Amino acid sequence: MSILENLSEAVQKGRAKDVLTLIEEGLAEGLSAQRLLDEGLLKGMSLLGVRFKNNEVFVPEVLIAARALNKGSEALKAQLIADGVEAKGKAVIGTVKGDLHDIGKNLVKMMLEGAGFDVVDLGVDVPDEKFVAAIQEQTPDVLLLSALLTTTMGQLGAVIDAIKAAGLREQVKIMVGGAPITHGFATEIGADGYSPDAASAAELATSLLVAA
Amino acid sequence: MSRRKIDSVAYLDSGALIFGHAPHPVSTRSGLEIGGGLVYPDINFTLPPMLVTEDSLSEVIGNYREITEGICRRAAELGAPGFVAEIETLPPMTFHPEWGVEVCRTVLEVIGEYEAKEGIHAAVRMTPNDIREGRELEHMWHGSHWDNIMATFEGAAEIGAELLAIESVGGKEVHDEAVMYCDLPKSIFALSVLGALDMERLWTAICEIADRTGTIAAGDTACGFANTAMVLAERNYIPRVFAATVRVVSAVRSLVAVECGAKGPHKDCGYEGIYVKAMTGIPISMEGRTAACAHLSPVGNIAACAADLWSNESIQNIKLLAGPAPTVSFEQLAYDCRLLNTASARSAETALLLRDLHADSDSRLDPQAYVLRPDVAVQISKELVQVEGDYERGKLAAKLALDVMRQAHQSGELLLDEREESWLDNLSYAADDLPATAEELTQEMSDSCENYDPMKYDLKKVGGR
Repeated sequence: MSILENLSEAVQKGRAKDVLTLIEEGLAEGLSAQRLLDEGLLKGMSLLGVRFKNNEVFVPEVLIAARALNKGSEALKAQLIADGVEAKGKAVIGTVKGDLHDIGKNLVKMMLEGAGFDVVDLGVDVPDEKFVAAIQEQTPDVLLLSALLTTTMGQLGAVIDAIKAAGLREQVKIMVGGAPITHGFATEIGADGYSPDAASAAELATSLLVAA
Repeated sequence: MSRRKIDSVAYLDSGALIFGHAPHPVSTRSGLEIGGGLVYPDINFTLPPMLVTEDSLSEVIGNYREITEGICRRAAELGAPGFVAEIETLPPMTFHPEWGVEVCRTVLEVIGEYEAKEGIHAAVRMTPNDIREGRELEHMWHGSHWDNIMATFEGAAEIGAELLAIESVGGKEVHDEAVMYCDLPKSIFALSVLGALDMERLWTAICEIADRTGTIAAGDTACGFANTAMVLAERNYIPRVFAATVRVVSAVRSLVAVECGAKGPHKDCGYEGIYVKAMTGIPISMEGRTAACAHLSPVGNIAACAADLWSNESIQNIKLLAGPAPTVSFEQLAYDCRLLNTASARSAETALLLRDLHADSDSRLDPQAYVLRPDVAVQISKELVQVEGDYERGKLAAKLALDVMRQAHQSGELLLDEREESWLDNLSYAADDLPATAEELTQEMSDSCENYDPMKYDLKKVGGR
């Protein structure tokens, strides 16, 4: 197998040490940081994502792979910057005010990172103004809002209203998710997209970037 | 009251561990004897999609009035011998205890009206949402979050809520991390070290309120731990054998409430209740197929085996063809209870047959159901009570659960797919490698656990993190 194939395999198996060794070897052999990232690290994560969607592996396997991917990305960071390579996109994610649930949000974050996004996590119980400030400061391509309770889902609309009031709505695509959320609800509150689970959230975020 | 360690089981024979009957029944002012022979509906409800704010409070109260009226009317129509109405506050109702108490007052008023008018019998269970999470939490046992929870309990108890319960979250911040990685040591640390520590402080305080107000400290649930694992397993995110292991370990945590003076009924969404009943003899509330309105579970029938209250978990107040959803849900609970009680009235053998049908119809299909079998619960409980120390019990609970699942799989009593089998092995290795003492595990967690803040539990900061 080639270095790139081995790198992809090492990510899928969550072997961080092997990932670092293979990156060193790859750079020494003249492979570009971009290829090592795209055709090694991200390809491995993408293949594992397919296996996850097919119910062949569980989340812990994906998380351990994501750790290995992050180690690899860190190792490549300096070279990627030097080569002028940018992340696929930037995302800001958070659970809305009054809601303390974070597992679903964390899963989405993990999937986004695996898909090559640079992700800023604002945490749980996030006030509207903090989302507004994050758009101003981080200039993300996508904002992802989570709510698990029927009594906090209304807050999703409130955040979007606050973003509109700040004149920032056109700058960012907004996705919403959480157990009580439906596609119809997402449309009603003016979101750009809704996804029912973590794996499809990353796909939707990618497609929103392409459409932008 | 100081903590009294449970060191013997309430049932030596699993044949006696059955619905409607508990060695230590709980009597309410309205004449319910929970665990005294009948299974009663335990109806829980919540608001339709809406924000709870000062401006919406009258609409909130109107919803609770409508919900309770529908339930009481249906209870009278069906001749239900009694029921428990559970108010599980939403976070804003605990952050503003006066709002939670006002909701409670409304529910009590409507029940009072129907008691006088229709002769129904009902008790109210008050379950303040445990708000001790998030950025602003100062400490688990003091500060405004703690004070608001206690004020909600106290206020509701003073106006007539009779059963005090909570879904407590001590250790959950660590368990959320554990469940994502299926990290058994971290899970055991969250449940049987941090969780147990928090339960002791929390339930000592709740029992003091109950004593002061003449109410009943009922019970807790490991919902935020074991049900989170169950839901993730249902989505194929994590292995079912991990969720089943967490369920059994969670019994160690929930038991602490009883050791600190809780009398039951144990709270509905704590499926580990069958272990609590096996060890202590207090009555328990359980939820199964009737909780399909709230979440999927693989234990819809088996959950009823030892239930003394039969719950729906929670249902939103939305309109269905037959009426408001909580009314419909109550009707389903009432019919289930009627069937269980008819079996009990016919004979002990009939009741046992019905119990075993409930168990056998689920237990082969999912490890989470298998570990709730009455025979398994009694077998594991007998070993757990012989061990001193919460961590030691947690460690043993994991090992026993994994052994039981492996044996059941090998004998063909439990179906597991290949992915699950490999996780059974992984988890068994992890269980065998657990440190000898809670102190050693705490040291390990201090070094490796991102979300663990020892200061919030008055624990010493150790390690280099």
